[in-house]
Amino acid sequence: MLFQPAIIALLLASALCVLALAASAPFALEVIRRWDIRSGSERQLQLERRTYLFSTLLTFVLALQLASVMLFVFNAEKMSGMFVGAMCAVGTLNVNAFGFPALNAKIAVFFLAAMWLAINHVDSRARDYPLVRIKYALLLALAPLLIASGWVELQYFLGLKADVITSCCGSLFSEGSPTLAAEASALPPVPAMWLFYGSLGAAIAAGAWHGYGGGRSRVAAYALAATSALAFAATIAGILSFVSLYIYEHPNHHCPFCILKPEYGYQGYWLYVPLFGATAAGLAAGAIQPFARIASLRGIVPGFSRNLAAIAAYGFALTAVIATAMIWQSRLILLEH
Amino acid sequence: MKLWLAKQRYLIDFTLASLARRKTRNLGLLLVYTVLVFMLASVTLYTHALRQEAARVLAASPEVIVQRMVAGRHDLIPPGYMEKIGRIRGVQKMEGRLWGYYYDAVTKANYTFMVPAENPPAAGEIVVGPALERSRGLAKNNGISFRSYSGKLHTFIVADVLPQASELVSADLVLMSEQNFRAFFDYPAGHYTDIALSVANPQEVRNVAVKLAAALPDARPILRDEVLRTYASIYDWREGIVLALLSAAILAFGILAWEKASGLSAEEKREIGILKAIGWETGDVIKMKFWEGLLISLTAFLVGFVAAYVHVFHFAASLFEPVLKGWAVLYPRFQLTPHIDGLQVATLFFFTVVPYAAAVLVPIWKAAITDPDSVMRS
Repeated sequence: MLFQPAIIALLLASALCVLALAASAPFALEVIRRWDIRSGSERQLQLERRTYLFSTLLTFVLALQLASVMLFVFNAEKMSGMFVGAMCAVGTLNVNAFGFPALNAKIAVFFLAAMWLAINHVDSRARDYPLVRIKYALLLALAPLLIASGWVELQYFLGLKADVITSCCGSLFSEGSPTLAAEASALPPVPAMWLFYGSLGAAIAAGAWHGYGGGRSRVAAYALAATSALAFAATIAGILSFVSLYIYEHPNHHCPFCILKPEYGYQGYWLYVPLFGATAAGLAAGAIQPFARIASLRGIVPGFSRNLAAIAAYGFALTAVIATAMIWQSRLILLEH
Repeated sequence: MKLWLAKQRYLIDFTLASLARRKTRNLGLLLVYTVLVFMLASVTLYTHALRQEAARVLAASPEVIVQRMVAGRHDLIPPGYMEKIGRIRGVQKMEGRLWGYYYDAVTKANYTFMVPAENPPAAGEIVVGPALERSRGLAKNNGISFRSYSGKLHTFIVADVLPQASELVSADLVLMSEQNFRAFFDYPAGHYTDIALSVANPQEVRNVAVKLAAALPDARPILRDEVLRTYASIYDWREGIVLALLSAAILAFGILAWEKASGLSAEEKREIGILKAIGWETGDVIKMKFWEGLLISLTAFLVGFVAAYVHVFHFAASLFEPVLKGWAVLYPRFQLTPHIDGLQVATLFFFTVVPYAAAVLVPIWKAAITDPDSVMRS
């Protein structure tokens, strides 16, 4: 099924990313071995110039990754009509064993990429590029992951056979099946609500703590990163457990993908976009903290970290408000007073 | 934040002014870019509209059609066959259908002769589809003769012409009474072409098909969902093939963009040199070039997409029609329903803007690292 326009586009994007990373790997090695900011040699001058190229290239690669996560889910949603038994993205992703790993890998690459971009941003604002070696070492670590993600995606698309009978979200997210997603779906609504609002509240509070401290407190930044990761997991679990029920107005439909469908007014995007943005910002705030003590970064990290904390706090708050509004508008009565 | 926004605004302002200074050069690129978007968007909009049309047409067809197979070929349904199926739970209605193909040597085209289930025409009368009306020059109350396969000449009166709105399905259709149909084709009494079943609950369709296959091993149940899926895949596949063929154009466009971006004129080089001499950093120049690329991309995308929309929905996609639509002697004329799909716009964006961005990245960097003194001295 490679001749689907969206699949060709996704594979094109993956190929471009892998190519760009492959092109930058030798340069990364050279930077790690030869970088010397104090030297005025021809080679150092060239390295410094090339960092601009590779920073831009990688920003492009990572931006492309972000866009391709969206396109991937969007496409899975649309292709569900072609598989027997599939009614939304879940069915399409279930056609072979590579579907969900491909999605998870893409999401993981997205968050790691956001953290790398944050480190790159503070580094390029400092006069002496103090993180250049670390940055390129991290890039070399990120490369295999990106390549693996591209490979899994290719395997998934190669293995899409229209005659496979797949299962729909009803069976995957039903409370009896032995998967992690089913565990989360089976979470009773009241504890799930506590977890959902509690973790979102904690992340917002950590963001506020860090932000009002002028972005100086490292503990607060680490707390923000940790609560962001927790809030991400808890929000997904909350969507599985109760938010989706309110949106569908159905006591047993737990699917986190059907809310992206036009039948439900694409409401899912309103939830997921702020959630992903806020989580990425929260994680990035934590990622730049180990470098806050470096002399040339002392004036840069707190300000940037403060901005990230603000994005995270507002993003999580928006997620909570949107989810609450969806529950408020729903005619489903899940909990009786 | 305000500062950052203001900075981007000034950068955009500067970029626009700088683009306007080199009008012809940029217009050339913009034109090629727009044509590329136009071609790709025409293909995607057109196939999507065709898919929608197929889905709309099939929405009213029966859920399951049963054909009888003999030696792997479609055969007639003999008398008593329907009774053998018996009552299957979930099936609302079961009816035998009568239809067949007739080759008309005058127009060198195949017609579909059919007996409608409801309101069949009176004996000796027929109702014809719009394409047939055009090709044979028929009108209401005209007479027309067909030579049947047995060699006999049958004359019918055209009682009515089917409306244009249904042309996609009725272009080559000839409706007649059961009695005329059986006489024309020498159809054995009690036999039918196939059986149509209506199933109310969509989730039951598959079970009904399984039961049918178990009760009648020589039957072939055809599900509406499968037909729909096949249509969707065929159009997707055609679209994919055309896009893959057009990828050569995308590549050529990438090379052109690369060339344009790397062949900086002496004047542009001087401009960048002066900017850097008065305090711009390499990063700022890259940002300016980024805005330049974005402005060109968005303009080309918007103009190309709108042009494609007009091409497909107002001029019936005359450029790509033969490849994408398929071909027949009596091809129906039909108006496509305008429809824009988010996934298609996103895909299109990936196909055009991403290659452009990838192609101009290195040249932009090369321009941005220019040394001010070397440029100004030369």
